[in-house]
Amino acid sequence: MSATLATRGLGDKLTGLFWRKPNLLLMLLLMPPLIWLGLVYLGSLAALLVQSFYSIDEFSGVVVPEFTLRTYGELFRAQNMDIILRTLMMSASVTIGCAVLAFPIAYFAARYARGPWKAAFYLGVMLPLWSSYLVKIYAWKLILAKEGIIGWAAGATGTTPILEAVLSIPGIGGNSLSTSFLGTWMVFVYVWLPYMILPMQASLERVPQSMLEASADLGASRAQTFRTVVLPLALPGVIAGSIFTFSLTMGDYIIPQIVGTSARFIGLAVYQLQGTAGNIPLAAAFAVVPIVIMVIYLMLAKRAGAFDAL
Amino acid sequence: MTAAVEFSNVTRHFGAVRAVDGVDFTIAEGSFFAMLGPSGSGKTTCLRLISGFEKPTGGRIRIFGEDVSEVPPHLRNVNTVFQDYALFPHMNVADNVAYGLMVKGMARAKRMRRAEEMLALVKLDGYGGRKPAQLSGGQRQRVALARALVNEPRVLLLDEPLGALDLKLREAMQDELKALQQRLGITFVFVTHDQHEALSMADQLAVFNEGQIAQIGTPEDIYARPATRFVADFVGSSNVLPPEVTHALGGPLAWASLRPEAMHLHTSEGARLMGEVNSLRYLGGATRVSLRLMAAEGGAEVSVLVPAGQTLPLVGSTVGLGFDQTALHVMERA
Repeated sequence: MSATLATRGLGDKLTGLFWRKPNLLLMLLLMPPLIWLGLVYLGSLAALLVQSFYSIDEFSGVVVPEFTLRTYGELFRAQNMDIILRTLMMSASVTIGCAVLAFPIAYFAARYARGPWKAAFYLGVMLPLWSSYLVKIYAWKLILAKEGIIGWAAGATGTTPILEAVLSIPGIGGNSLSTSFLGTWMVFVYVWLPYMILPMQASLERVPQSMLEASADLGASRAQTFRTVVLPLALPGVIAGSIFTFSLTMGDYIIPQIVGTSARFIGLAVYQLQGTAGNIPLAAAFAVVPIVIMVIYLMLAKRAGAFDAL
Repeated sequence: MTAAVEFSNVTRHFGAVRAVDGVDFTIAEGSFFAMLGPSGSGKTTCLRLISGFEKPTGGRIRIFGEDVSEVPPHLRNVNTVFQDYALFPHMNVADNVAYGLMVKGMARAKRMRRAEEMLALVKLDGYGGRKPAQLSGGQRQRVALARALVNEPRVLLLDEPLGALDLKLREAMQDELKALQQRLGITFVFVTHDQHEALSMADQLAVFNEGQIAQIGTPEDIYARPATRFVADFVGSSNVLPPEVTHALGGPLAWASLRPEAMHLHTSEGARLMGEVNSLRYLGGATRVSLRLMAAEGGAEVSVLVPAGQTLPLVGSTVGLGFDQTALHVMERA
């Protein structure tokens, strides 16, 4: 007796085709993101790079499409170097602030939080991301304002002199928190903190309990275990988080406009140069600066062995 | 002989679960002590109580006479080989081995020399520069061993260290571990759920069941004279005979154990004991024959080990059974 096989439909034929040629399916799946990344993203990045090598005619204000390094040279003018250094310092200090604040939270979430506590952690970290960025920044402006809750609390607790002392620190202080670099820094740290916590928590979660026990077993105190085992193993997460906080701070042009002194940051410079000033080449050259800084940062991190635990 | 480790009435409860429930034992210095039991029987918790990763709910633990209730793990002179080895992935093999010396503040050149010596001890000389990820399972095991021995512990704790290795490698490592223990003369406390491993390696053996010690003794004691039905069944899958069957076989009216290899089959004619063959299981060197004893003897199930080369009965046939009367062990506790 011979059994009759059902005729194969189109679905079965496709399944068979993909089974015989697994790379075909992979290619079909990868095609849309590759087109997106390759053409739209990398393409526009390349266009940006090309623009940065053009220059602007000083009399007519027209872009001269000829290759020159003059625009990059302009970056080194004192006022532009100021912008770059200011942005760099802010990005670095925001990253350090985020790392210091995020570590205990991430450590608790990764090692101790279970069940509902873990859910509460994720909710707590993600919740601020659900509300509008602008709403949060304006809320902070009110919090930090001279008549805001911090000033009020300082007055009520008699700590106004401390607040005054902090605000009188040259360089970071100002008339009130909302018009000082310190205020800008606080808002940056608040806004980017989730981007530091999540990768840190993920990398800490991958450190098995037995590794901490092995360290203690071999005679290491908690502090030694932290320095020689936990920190090096969490470093890839810290670096991942710092890439977010660093590059997000470098590119942001809204926070420094709303909170802080009116001193310009790279993002703001780019925004103004390509808009009102119409100096696209210089805007492009400015936009290349964060990319170069990030590449240097990652190279240094790699040399320091930050990715050895990957 | 000094006691290396001493448990007096130790308990460890996790909520309502009594992981360790009133355990007493003494491990003699320089001995190879195995803790055997199924998973969840409390053997690993006992090991963690010695290393200090668990605190007892009640009772007292002494290590070389010192009460360690107040001593944290990093101040105890015991070291552990972890089940998953727990090698530090960001350090090379030499740094892993020298870790215990590094945290004590030994100079780098000196501790690297010591690490190399320890690696030679476990036959991994020259592997110091590699990362743990570049090693095989067996090699990682040796690194974990060298790392645990570098601090010259007086007690070495091993938590199922051979569990992840394949059979051939496991047997080789068993011999090596035993030889190493004899050479170093330090106390080894070994946790395993593998009865062959425990029987072949240990000087003293504690069989754990449900948080308590079912029996403690030499491997011969435990294998030939199991104290309880659980021990008889868990160690070497002995036949456990109910009182009426023991009685029918010429023993007292009590639970008894009879090793499958102490029994033999012959023709049913004139046999005092008969059974019907239920199933056969080929084991290579022998075949395990499961029989149901005839109704007169209480109808219990027994297994008989028939060495390779002998004629096997057919399933469903009736066979006669003989056994070595001296092998019938009456259990004092059932």
